[in-house]
Amino acid sequence: MPHTLTISQLTDKLTQGELTSRDATQSCLDRIAAVDDQLNAFLSHDPADALAQADAADAARAAGETKPLLGVPIAMKDVIAVNGHPLNCASKILGDFNSPYDATVTQKLRDAGAVVFGRVNMDEFAMGSSTENSAFGPARNPWDTDRISGGSSGGSAVAVAADECIASLGSDTGGSIRQPAALCGCVGLKPTYGRVSRYGLVAFASSLDQIGPITKDVRDAATLLGVIAGEDPRDSTNVPEPVPDYTAALTGDIKGMKIGLPREYQVDGLDPEVKAATDAAVAELEKLGAEIKEISLPHTEYAIATYYIIATAEASANLARFEGVRYGARVDGASPEQMNRATRGAGFGEEVKRRIILGTYVLSSGYYDAYYLRAQKARTLIRQDFLNAFEQVDLIASPTTPTSAFKIGEKSGDPLQMYLSDVFTISCNLAGLCGISVPCGFSKIGLPMGLQLLGQPFGEPDLLRAAHAYEQVTDWHTKQPNLD
Amino acid sequence: MEYEAVIGLETHVQLRTRTKMWCGCANEYGAEANTNVCPVCLGLPGVLPVPNAEALRKTALTGMLLNCDVPSYAKWDRKNYFYPDNPKNYQLTQLDFPSTIEGFVDFEFGEGTERVRINRAHLEEDVGKSTHFADHSGVDFNRAGVPLLEIVTEPDLTGADMAYEYLNALKAILEYGGVSDCDMEKGQVRCDVNISVRPIGQTELGEKIEIKNMNSFSGVRRAAGYEIERQIGVLREGGTLVQETRRWDDAVGITESMRTKEDAHDYRYFPDPDLMPHTPSEEWLAEVRASVMELPLARKRRLMADFQLPASDAEVFVGDAALGDYFEVAANGAKNPKAVANWVMNNLQAKLVETGGSVADVKFEASAIGELVGLIEGGQINSKIAQDVFVKMFESGKSPAAIVEEKGLSQVSDSGELEAFCNEAIEANPGPAEDFRNGKETALNFLKGQVMKASRGKANPQMVGELLKNILGS
Repeated sequence: MPHTLTISQLTDKLTQGELTSRDATQSCLDRIAAVDDQLNAFLSHDPADALAQADAADAARAAGETKPLLGVPIAMKDVIAVNGHPLNCASKILGDFNSPYDATVTQKLRDAGAVVFGRVNMDEFAMGSSTENSAFGPARNPWDTDRISGGSSGGSAVAVAADECIASLGSDTGGSIRQPAALCGCVGLKPTYGRVSRYGLVAFASSLDQIGPITKDVRDAATLLGVIAGEDPRDSTNVPEPVPDYTAALTGDIKGMKIGLPREYQVDGLDPEVKAATDAAVAELEKLGAEIKEISLPHTEYAIATYYIIATAEASANLARFEGVRYGARVDGASPEQMNRATRGAGFGEEVKRRIILGTYVLSSGYYDAYYLRAQKARTLIRQDFLNAFEQVDLIASPTTPTSAFKIGEKSGDPLQMYLSDVFTISCNLAGLCGISVPCGFSKIGLPMGLQLLGQPFGEPDLLRAAHAYEQVTDWHTKQPNLD
Repeated sequence: MEYEAVIGLETHVQLRTRTKMWCGCANEYGAEANTNVCPVCLGLPGVLPVPNAEALRKTALTGMLLNCDVPSYAKWDRKNYFYPDNPKNYQLTQLDFPSTIEGFVDFEFGEGTERVRINRAHLEEDVGKSTHFADHSGVDFNRAGVPLLEIVTEPDLTGADMAYEYLNALKAILEYGGVSDCDMEKGQVRCDVNISVRPIGQTELGEKIEIKNMNSFSGVRRAAGYEIERQIGVLREGGTLVQETRRWDDAVGITESMRTKEDAHDYRYFPDPDLMPHTPSEEWLAEVRASVMELPLARKRRLMADFQLPASDAEVFVGDAALGDYFEVAANGAKNPKAVANWVMNNLQAKLVETGGSVADVKFEASAIGELVGLIEGGQINSKIAQDVFVKMFESGKSPAAIVEEKGLSQVSDSGELEAFCNEAIEANPGPAEDFRNGKETALNFLKGQVMKASRGKANPQMVGELLKNILGS
């Protein structure tokens, strides 16, 4: 069952000649054929292309090549450009658009030898927390297919949790990697802003977006991050910080590490089961030698409002390019303006329209100072809260989500309720930090829950060290959903 | 009541760079439609801009040439509006922290010099070009993303002619700096004019009216002239003016209302999150500053003062900077720089036109022209021979002295030798000699010509004339 392997397990077997990349890739393709009707994780995939890449990887290995991901099948969120493949952002507006270029992360995966395959489901333009906003139907949680996968990178998490791929890439603007990873029982890592190139990531909110890995364990997250991180002259916001060997941080030793618990994160609506699970996880970390202390992030209450102003403002401009003039779907009109209106009216879903309208409003003449400018100031204060906290602690721990996965349709009529579910994940993006979600238990009805750890900018090694140490003393990450 | 006009100009200039502002596509006019395009300048999903270092440098250089400050912090903003030629449906520009601010341009106008203050010169990107066919429209994105500098004046101009002269001066400066080719035909310079009028003596400004769609400097002059008269006419008839944007119809020669303040765009500017602010270092600024060259007006004045050139000659050298540079080397230390100027402007330029070369291709040292003039002034060769010497200099690159020496072209000023030539001429042409004796002055020229011919042009013409008169008169 090669599709159930982690990156490191598969790589070992490939190296020892026990398996070929073709075996592993075919196994993933078979798994997709077997279970994806229930899950809707994949919007599309091209088996012939995937197998051709696998064969090339096998040939390269036979020729003596060694690369960190040689022959490993990795699924891609439908917001990351892969040359010659569809790029829909789970929206109708892109029509039959195929990307004519590779994102930088795609190129890096190819350079590392990966089999880059599949377009996995997401909330339209990464706007949402459940994948219910996909124009192609929600991705379903493999632990209970009546429930949401989380989002926006729901398909990326489902594909990993259901072993339809070995690992995947998602993108995280306010929790879009960590939240679905938590709800599906995977590891999800949001890198520090500037750590991974955004070139080829279709922008939702440019100052918040980062691409990151969703994996079956922490070691895989470290490996995959090591491949996709690094300088890119095509992204001006990319930080030319050297890329360390992240797997070297996985020592299991966190003695003396200081972990903070934010006082302000004891919010209404925090499910007692989730609280109990994360409390237990923190206790494990303490047992491993970490020092736990309470900290304060005084501007926490402003985070969601700040986020929904900045993210929507940026989105309102980022999504202006989708109007049918140069590519994608087009609904004709008598004038360019009418064509724009008709195309965008028909092409965008409700949540995307809601956010474009909100973002347009907060940037409008007369409202800019009251909303956008104040949000930027609040953002600075939120960031400062974290930088102050990191004077006292190495990491910050919290639940990833206030509840486990809810039922499909349960919150879709109430966008504000949906926005509030991002409370623990959103600040990380506003402050430009790194964060990880690791499985930390299951609810009574068998739904996964996640522990979130936040680290300071470029603090990924600490983040991975602590997450890995925790994973070594628990077995949550090894549990698999039953889809048969 | 008498009225006065208050005018400010916004001039868009395409920068001369190898590539576009945010991508590696060629910044090239005239290519087949949509061939200089890539995912970035087409605004495909997922792309990001990367600033063109040469455009940033040329922007700073322009600021320095326009006497602007170049602040240590500039940033990029998105200007949001939908238009089919605008690939991202926002234009990257600089709203409140432009790359250069607060300068001025001095220019000649009428008998004197005027100064217009520059509010800013900020960097932005050009958009594509729409073409409308019978039943559809097309967009060529070759121009999309070409670096565009917007140079905004304060409302310091008071008339259409003054605006025209400012534009000519600005163009000269930009061409001088190598910043832009300023080719109007290629749309490399585009201009919007803000005009208001007010009763003379009133300090507050009248309603500002913006005029668009002029495609030449003379169009700007005509449009401004028309608009000033129109606005004064409205006020004189007791009407009121409202803030609006008007379109110049060049064929008819009138302006027409396009939109009023009420339906002005809300561009929803905000800082571009894809680009970092531009924070030039002291070293970088010093490097740019080192490439600042003398401005055209300053050079003109210096050429007139240092080389005693008439304004028209100085303008020739200002208008063709390379020729001007050449002249300055040639005239360095020359006793008669005006004569050097004539050689450079006439003979040298004619040869360059004939051969299609540039001053860089000239084989001889620039100082050789000064030497040639020295040979003429010192009486070693006459000006006719000098013409031949120049041709040989141009062909061979040899010094004039060497050519004169080699070809034995030195002027014959030895009176014994010349007397022999004169006597021969008189003996051979008794008729004209007789004519001269009988008072026909012009007959002397014929005899002079015979002497010059016999001496193969080397005879000193003044001396020949004197000698002939002496011989025939005695």
